[in-house]
This record gives sequence, C-alpha cells and structure tokens, in this order.
Amino acid sequence: MEHSLSLFVRSIFVDNMIFASFLGMCSYLAVSKNVKTSLGLGIAVTFVLLVTVPVDYLLQTKILAEDGIFGIDLTYLSFILFIAVIAGIVQLVEMVVERFSPALYSALGIFLPLIAVNCAIMGASLFMQQRIQMDPATSSQAIGSIGDCFVYALSSGIGWTLAIVALAAIREKMAYTDVPRPLQGLGITFITVGLMAMAFMCFSGLSI
Amino acid sequence: MSQLFSNANKQVFMAPLNLDHPILIQVLGICSALAVTAQLEPAIVMGLSVTVITAFSNVIISLIRKTIPNRIRIIIQLVVVAALVTIVSMILKAFAYDVSVKLSVYVGLIITNCILMGRLEAFAMMNGPWESFLDGVGNGLGYAYILVIIGAVREFFGAGTLLGITIIPQSAYDAGYVNNGMMTMPAMAMILLGCVIWAHRAINKEGTK
Repeated sequence: MEHSLSLFVRSIFVDNMIFASFLGMCSYLAVSKNVKTSLGLGIAVTFVLLVTVPVDYLLQTKILAEDGIFGIDLTYLSFILFIAVIAGIVQLVEMVVERFSPALYSALGIFLPLIAVNCAIMGASLFMQQRIQMDPATSSQAIGSIGDCFVYALSSGIGWTLAIVALAAIREKMAYTDVPRPLQGLGITFITVGLMAMAFMCFSGLSI
Repeated sequence: MSQLFSNANKQVFMAPLNLDHPILIQVLGICSALAVTAQLEPAIVMGLSVTVITAFSNVIISLIRKTIPNRIRIIIQLVVVAALVTIVSMILKAFAYDVSVKLSVYVGLIITNCILMGRLEAFAMMNGPWESFLDGVGNGLGYAYILVIIGAVREFFGAGTLLGITIIPQSAYDAGYVNNGMMTMPAMAMILLGCVIWAHRAINKEGTK
C-alpha cells in the first residue's frame, strides 16, 4: 500500500511524462490551445494507458519472459507486440466508446485514433518493461504486480492531463500578449513548457 | 543517372533540411529530440538511427504501397517500422552498448516518432522508392542536425566537454568558471529548442506561417 502511494505521487509529480521524460510532446503541443479539448485528450490518454499498460505487463511477464509459457526469452519481439496491442486496443476502445457513449465519442473526436501513435502510451509500456526489473523494496519506481501497473498507468495519465491543462490555460491567456513575431506560436510555447518544467523540478526530492 | 538526381528530386531532399523541416516547421518527433540531447554522443547516434529507419521504412512502404489495403495501412506501417527499430536496437546493443543504455527507452520510442508515420502517410504512400528514400534521408538528417546542435550546446555548457573530451581548460575553472548544471536538466532542452525555432523563423521570414 505504501509502495503504491509512493509510486502514485512520484509518477504524477517527479517522473511526470511531459516534464521529466518528454513523452507525448507532439499531441501535447498540437492540442493545448484551449482547456476544454486538452482536458478531453488528457482523459482519453489516461483511459488508454489504464488498458494498455496492464495488458502489456501480462504479455511481458506471462508470454515474452523467459519463465513464460513458451519457456524462451522472446523480449526482442516486445516492440512489435506492444505497438500491435496498443493499435488494436485503441481501435477497440474507439468502437466501445462509440457504441456506449456517443457523447464522449464526439467530444474526443479525432484524438482517440491518434492516441495509437502517442509516444506517452508506448513510452509507459517501455518504462514498465524496465521497471519490473527493479526491486520494489529499494526503489519507489519499481512495478512488481499488476496492481502497480494500474497505479502507474493512472498516475502517469493524471500527470499528463495536469500538464496539458496547465499549458492550455497559459496559452489561452498568452493570446493577448505581445510576443515578438518570430517567436510566436511554437517558439514561445517551448519556452513556456521549459519554464513549467523548471517549476516541476522542485518536486524532484519528493518522496513518501 | 541524371534522372536520379533531377531538380525535382533535389528539391525532395533539400526541403526537409530547411523550409519544410520536420522539427522546426512541422513540429514532429519532438519527444526524442529533447530527451536524448543531454550529451552529444547519444544525440548523434539517435539522429543516425532515425535517418536509417526513416529512409528504409519509406522505401519498404513505397515498394508495397499498391498492395496495402487502405483500411489497415496504419497497422502495416507500424509493423514495418517496429521491425526496423528492433533491428537497430539490437545492432546498438551489440556494437554500442553504452550509448544504447543512455538512450534507454527512446530507441523503442522511434516507433511512435511522428516523423516516421508522417512521412510514410504523406510521402511514401504516394511516391516511388527512390524519391521516398531521398525524402527519408532528408527528413532524418534534418532531425539529426537539430539534435546535434542542442546536444552540443547542452554538453558544452553543462559539462564543459564535447563527445566526452574536455574542451574548457582547467585554468578557466581555476579562475572561477563553473559548469551550468541547469543545462543538463530537461527544462533547458525545451528552452534551447524554443530559441532554435526562434532563430530559424527570424532568418526564414517567408517560410513561416
């Protein structure tokens, strides 16, 4: 329990997807123009993370690992398998959401299919693959069970949502400021994200 | 031979290096561009890996583009890219183990690098293998040189070295010069990239939107 809580807080603030490991930057920059859509995208990313990370965890430990059902080390297949799982699950999630919640489906719009190539999703699975080799007793980043996977996926998603909503709010305000011409748009956005990342660095000593 | 290097093909190769630059103009593939640039060496290796993968995935997709059913093309593109990335990742582990440890998950993340998917969708699905190859190399090199610029600046100011060789003399440290530790932090990568984009747009005024 203590480990889960520590992992949760750490993944949101210290190992934040955007500010510490730059995952999902493309959609982060493209979609953060207003708060409402960015919140929608954040929720969609969290949702897909919650499904894909545990599934990839089961694949990694039960099938690809040396003590899995085939008895041989198949980890070199992990890239292909993970991306296929992610693309498949995104398609599936899209169909389920469309069938059961048309309102949410139309709100998320084009973002759902685009999530398949969002680095945050693939990155979370690859980090999970690294972290299952760590020792839960000594490292608060370790992922030892499927429960930890859910915690990690949820908290990374929350961290990502937090970052995109914060940037969208700043950019909404920034529309009224007088930015030098060549710096307008992308340039000033990067500098803003850099300053936000600096602010988030003060969480780096945080531990529970 | 002259047809292979015609003006149109030269344009295909040169455009991504400047006016149609994948990072600076199209804002693709930012994630890995920022994450691997704390030092120069991983930045160079990453740039080369992406160039090779973009070029060959473009060629492969361009060769089989007429047989790909439209509805499942994304999955096919992803599988081709993932296979190439797996090969590159294994080569890195075998011949440059230290660098592959530094790059950690970002080698795997080349799969979801938007430059690749963007080029496959926008170029390789519509053009022949040779043009696609040039386009892939051009985009990869465009990506690589930004990585090298940012990697060099960060390593020089952050650690006083380039490629691990000390550049700033000991006498400078004795006189009170201090390395800027901030440069090795993730935050500075974004600010530096912001400044590069600023400079690029200030120089190419017509190219900006």
